[in-house]
Amino acid sequence: MTVAREELLIAAIADLIAAPHPHPARHAAVGAASPIPAHAVMLARHRGLDVRLSLLQQRVGNPFTEGARELFDLAGQGRIDLFFLGGVQIDGQANINLIGTGQPAGSSARLPGNFGSAFMAFTVPRVILFREEHSPRVLVPKVDYVSAPGVSPPGVFRRGSPQALVTGRCVFTFDAPRARFVLASLHPGETRESVREATGFDYDEPDAVPETRGPSESDRAALAGPIRAALEDTYPQFCARVFGARAA
Amino acid sequence: MTVPLDSLDALAARVPDGAFVALPPDNSLCPVALVRALIRRGVRDLSVLGVPISGFATDLLIGAGCVASLTTSAVTLGEAGLAPRFTAAMKAGALHLTDATCPAVHTALQAAEKGVPFMPLRGMIGTDLLPQRPEWKVIDNPFADAPDPIVLIPALAPDLALIHAAMADRFGNVWVGRRRELATIAHAARATLVTAERIVEGNLMEDERLAPGVISSLYVSAVAVAERGAWPLGLLDLYGADAAHIDAYAKAARTDEGFRAYLAEHVLGPLPKAAE
Repeated sequence: MTVAREELLIAAIADLIAAPHPHPARHAAVGAASPIPAHAVMLARHRGLDVRLSLLQQRVGNPFTEGARELFDLAGQGRIDLFFLGGVQIDGQANINLIGTGQPAGSSARLPGNFGSAFMAFTVPRVILFREEHSPRVLVPKVDYVSAPGVSPPGVFRRGSPQALVTGRCVFTFDAPRARFVLASLHPGETRESVREATGFDYDEPDAVPETRGPSESDRAALAGPIRAALEDTYPQFCARVFGARAA
Repeated sequence: MTVPLDSLDALAARVPDGAFVALPPDNSLCPVALVRALIRRGVRDLSVLGVPISGFATDLLIGAGCVASLTTSAVTLGEAGLAPRFTAAMKAGALHLTDATCPAVHTALQAAEKGVPFMPLRGMIGTDLLPQRPEWKVIDNPFADAPDPIVLIPALAPDLALIHAAMADRFGNVWVGRRRELATIAHAARATLVTAERIVEGNLMEDERLAPGVISSLYVSAVAVAERGAWPLGLLDLYGADAAHIDAYAKAARTDEGFRAYLAEHVLGPLPKAAE
């Protein structure tokens, strides 16, 4: 059985969630339209990590009794350890743009908006950036609009910086003190050259760059079984696409 | 004070042209039947506040020409993708949009419900959002030992909060279940108009198990019954979103003609229920 691209990304993010980090991921929250990160948190749990997932969009049994307001209050207090952000553009300093490209930003095509990014990037100690499209138009030298900055000057309150950026081609970790990405692993089929060519910003490349570790058979069984069952009500279209139609 | 039980159209008539109205997001008791009634009544020049984001209901209002300005943190149809009439209006320069970020919207309402002029909020410093919002001021935290810049968000009191509740009683108490963030909108707004799936006998505030999920009649100006009033959106554990319908809308509304046909069929045209 071939591993679906989504399964590979889920496994890669699950590895990052479990990676040693000064801020252990005890409580992860997932916002709107993030099925791959949500599945990754559930997979990390399945592999034994003691992490709680709060799913903002969950309709039945929603984890909050004060909706999104409670999510942001929790984050403000530092009670959410891990969150996921993406962007129409992401630059080499881990700045993200959720508004759109052009000058003024959004003039070429207007995207939905900032959501909570301008707050979560500061209050949540661990952020994993995720964007499937890996091309020079997404990974740019400098974003046209900063929805959330990757780093901040000393004296500006923030609990952490992005831990990593996961794309459809590779995993970059983020070196916050230097505000630079480091190529950490290549997805199957990619090379150092193919990634360099598809990336609009400069980054570091260590001597050894392994292949991204995909999901194990146990991971895949869990994803198609209990994890799907837990997330299907929230992400019906994603689950049907990746794991196939439900047997009648 | 008695809270009147209106027809849906009478409830819609209570929303004047030019009103500043707050709407919950698609996944949290959004009053779509009331929005359809507003479009039928031809409401104009609304200022809409998305608490904290906007979706299907706001896209309908924009497409029908009811919205002059929108303050929100995002407009999206979720898994169905971009909100087509919002996207088209932005392209045409036909909508005055004020960008926000979700917790700033909640904070502005929390300040209003406390009756204080502003509340501080972390984050946003160094974003391109902050200079877009000159009314958000950065001060130095007066309680910190070292310099600590922090943003102040002014209070925001909408004219009207519009919500769809799972049930209401004859006293005007309305039950929103665990979606208690709706209470913050009602507390902050000058008045709240509510549609409800059904009217129940008795007094919701006298039931110890239900009262925590109630917005009391103190805040509610009028109620109308709207069965399946969130459709095609979902409502708590009562019914899920009609994903096929929202997908079909997302495709149809990419063009002006497609949107007009959608409006004619599902909003202006033959009504699906006698109640609407």
